[in-house]
Amino acid sequence: MSRKQKRLALISGGVGFVALAVLLVLFAFSQAVAYFYVPGDLAKAHLAPGTRIRLGGLVESGSLQRGAGTLVHFTVTDTIGAVPVTYDGILPDLFREGQGVVAEGRLAENGSFVADTVLAKHDETYMPKDVADRLKAQGVSLGGGETIR
Amino acid sequence: MIVELGHYALVLALATAILQALLPLAGALSSDSALMRTGTNAAFAGFGLTLLSFGALTTAYVTSDFSVANVFENSHSQMPLIYRFSGVWGNHEGSMLLWLLILSFFSALVAFFGTHLPERLKALVLSVQAALAAAFALFILATSNPFLRLDPAPGEGSDLNPVLQDIGLAIHPPLLYLGYVGFSVCFSFAVAALIEGRLDAAWARWVRPWALMAWSFLTLGIAMGSYWAYYELGWGGWWFWDPVENASFMPWLAGTALLHSALVMEKREALKIWTVLLAILTFSLSLLGTFLVRSGVLTSVHAFATDPTRGVFILAILVIFIGGALSLFTLRAGALKAGGLFAPISREGALVLNNLLLTTAAATVLIGTLYPLVLETLTGDKISVGAPFFNLTFGLLMMPLLFAVPFGPLLAWKRGDLIGAAQRLMAAALLSLVAAAVMLYLRWGGPVLAPFVMGLGVFLMLGALAELGTRAGFAKLAFSVALRRLIGLPRASFGTALAHFGLGVTLIGIVSATAYQTEHILEMRRGETVEAGGYSLTFDGLRPAVGPNFTEERGHFLLRQGGVSAGEVWSSKRLYTARRMPTTEAGIRTFGLSQLYVSLGDARDDGAVVVRIWWKPWILCIWLGALLMSVGGAVSLSDRRLRIGVPAKAPSRPRLSAEAAE
Repeated sequence: MSRKQKRLALISGGVGFVALAVLLVLFAFSQAVAYFYVPGDLAKAHLAPGTRIRLGGLVESGSLQRGAGTLVHFTVTDTIGAVPVTYDGILPDLFREGQGVVAEGRLAENGSFVADTVLAKHDETYMPKDVADRLKAQGVSLGGGETIR
Repeated sequence: MIVELGHYALVLALATAILQALLPLAGALSSDSALMRTGTNAAFAGFGLTLLSFGALTTAYVTSDFSVANVFENSHSQMPLIYRFSGVWGNHEGSMLLWLLILSFFSALVAFFGTHLPERLKALVLSVQAALAAAFALFILATSNPFLRLDPAPGEGSDLNPVLQDIGLAIHPPLLYLGYVGFSVCFSFAVAALIEGRLDAAWARWVRPWALMAWSFLTLGIAMGSYWAYYELGWGGWWFWDPVENASFMPWLAGTALLHSALVMEKREALKIWTVLLAILTFSLSLLGTFLVRSGVLTSVHAFATDPTRGVFILAILVIFIGGALSLFTLRAGALKAGGLFAPISREGALVLNNLLLTTAAATVLIGTLYPLVLETLTGDKISVGAPFFNLTFGLLMMPLLFAVPFGPLLAWKRGDLIGAAQRLMAAALLSLVAAAVMLYLRWGGPVLAPFVMGLGVFLMLGALAELGTRAGFAKLAFSVALRRLIGLPRASFGTALAHFGLGVTLIGIVSATAYQTEHILEMRRGETVEAGGYSLTFDGLRPAVGPNFTEERGHFLLRQGGVSAGEVWSSKRLYTARRMPTTEAGIRTFGLSQLYVSLGDARDDGAVVVRIWWKPWILCIWLGALLMSVGGAVSLSDRRLRIGVPAKAPSRPRLSAEAAE
């Protein structure tokens, strides 16, 4: 092979591979990412049941109920809407009623939300940024002790 | 007093860095040897001053001087000494000071070991290093000063985030930064070569040891961070594709590519332009990582505090250095001559494939990390890009690379013999297939692909051994002769084999721990028993305990295997008194390479506790493999060729020691 042909082989191989990678990325973006909603937006979004999303908001005070075994129920609210959440597992250390939470999972047929992951704030002065942004945008007070540094 | 001294030393370090950036550069442009030589002493002085500054902050932490705002916010007098010490970098300000310390440390190393470098190149490298140091020193003084005082001084500190109160904090950040920041030397060499307009095989020989060193530290740092997250967070996961993890993983991928492309440049003078670009990109990704972690644009356990001015400042540093380097690259790259020819099937070809796959994989990680930020800025939609995305893109792209790894070192330079290489790997391939078949049989009904990916891991391990065997000539020569030849092989060959072997070990660990782990979440009362991984755990109740700065409820579990006692596990829920913050301390017991992982949930009123138990088969392979890779890098680094291949003159040695004495 001449110098030109060798270079051509290298470049076309490279371009072909990068094209494959781009296709993979596009496919993955259409399949494997989860959108973030707060309860108020979720009602307007009309998502199909089974859609994988992240739901953020405050855990409604007094809504936490323990079911059989490790099952827990609680309500996530942004004061405009509220979504009942079911979760089977261990709640994070910093999970509290009245405080910020992000749950990842799927919408059930009856409009409730089945979470497979529940994340709470990372430490006592910090709440999930996504939640804080949205709540602030909707004019929800974050409470006295809640400072975002 | 000591604190003010540290503050003052930092200001002096900034001034020194500015001098070190300007004087050698002026010397290099005007061919003035005396000016060029100022860089060396300035680098030592800069390191000394930064060390003094860092020492002052450390003193304030160790002696619990709460009149310093940074110490007040992140320390507590009841914390054990080791956490008061590592707490220095357990916060934004201190960790930036550590960053600067390591940067100036590398400048000093270049100044110390660079005695054989051409005068002009060395001056330019030190100048670029100093420009970086000046930018970050200015950043610390302007936006993140750790030496600010509080008046009146509080009596007690507000404690370090409990998650950080762990030996991991003492080890993970310094190792990671040694890797991250180590690539700054490669960056400085690349920029210096571009300014000078000279780029040859010798350049690659000078850069490779730095890349190897940074890479080895980064490998260790990432592995350490992964293990720390695994045992500390109590979620049982070892990698979350968290943007901050990606921030350290991208420079690792690019750095791995750089190691391999510099090899081609050193041996064959090919891929010159590409290697320089990679050197720039690798450190650019380190800087990007620093920006992502430190600016607060991301929500993460690593984001200590968010302050918009910091983000803008780091972004400016990012734009100036990356933009400047890339502009210089586009201006000068055309003038660099293309190097040696090679056929697509050759060692060079294999290394090009390695680079293509690694950089593409790094690009998918970059896209997955930045896309949510871009999308939110453009449309306001918030999305989370997690494991499913990265498994589909990064995971799939890595498969052909992993398969190709054993072939690469068996191909000759210039024109390789693929069939010959395949024949030499025949035994390794057959054994790997047998291993896959055995796994498939043992785990019948489990995931179908997992045994084959584990077989690929075995192929990587055996392929690395096959390469050493081929080099020693075990197939052709008498055993004793081949054994002697094996011992006489250059250390770089052992380094390569060790790193590739380690990659296989890590792959096996990842697949095994992902595909074959078992998880139980259940409510347990005292005396109840559960089976996991062939062991039975009996819950023996909760015991209260008091630590130096926390109280805890410790869950006691008795282990039995086949009716015989196999020890016990303690897993606890802690409450750190100063911050009123609860944490989970997982109970982990190691059996060979596998681990039993017990995490406690909430206690019920009736005495029952929610417990999460994982059996993680062979999970230690993940970190063991990374350790082997890192050791492989170190073994390569100790190769004589990396030190003696350079035109070092004999008289330069006494001079080196004289300089050290200064």
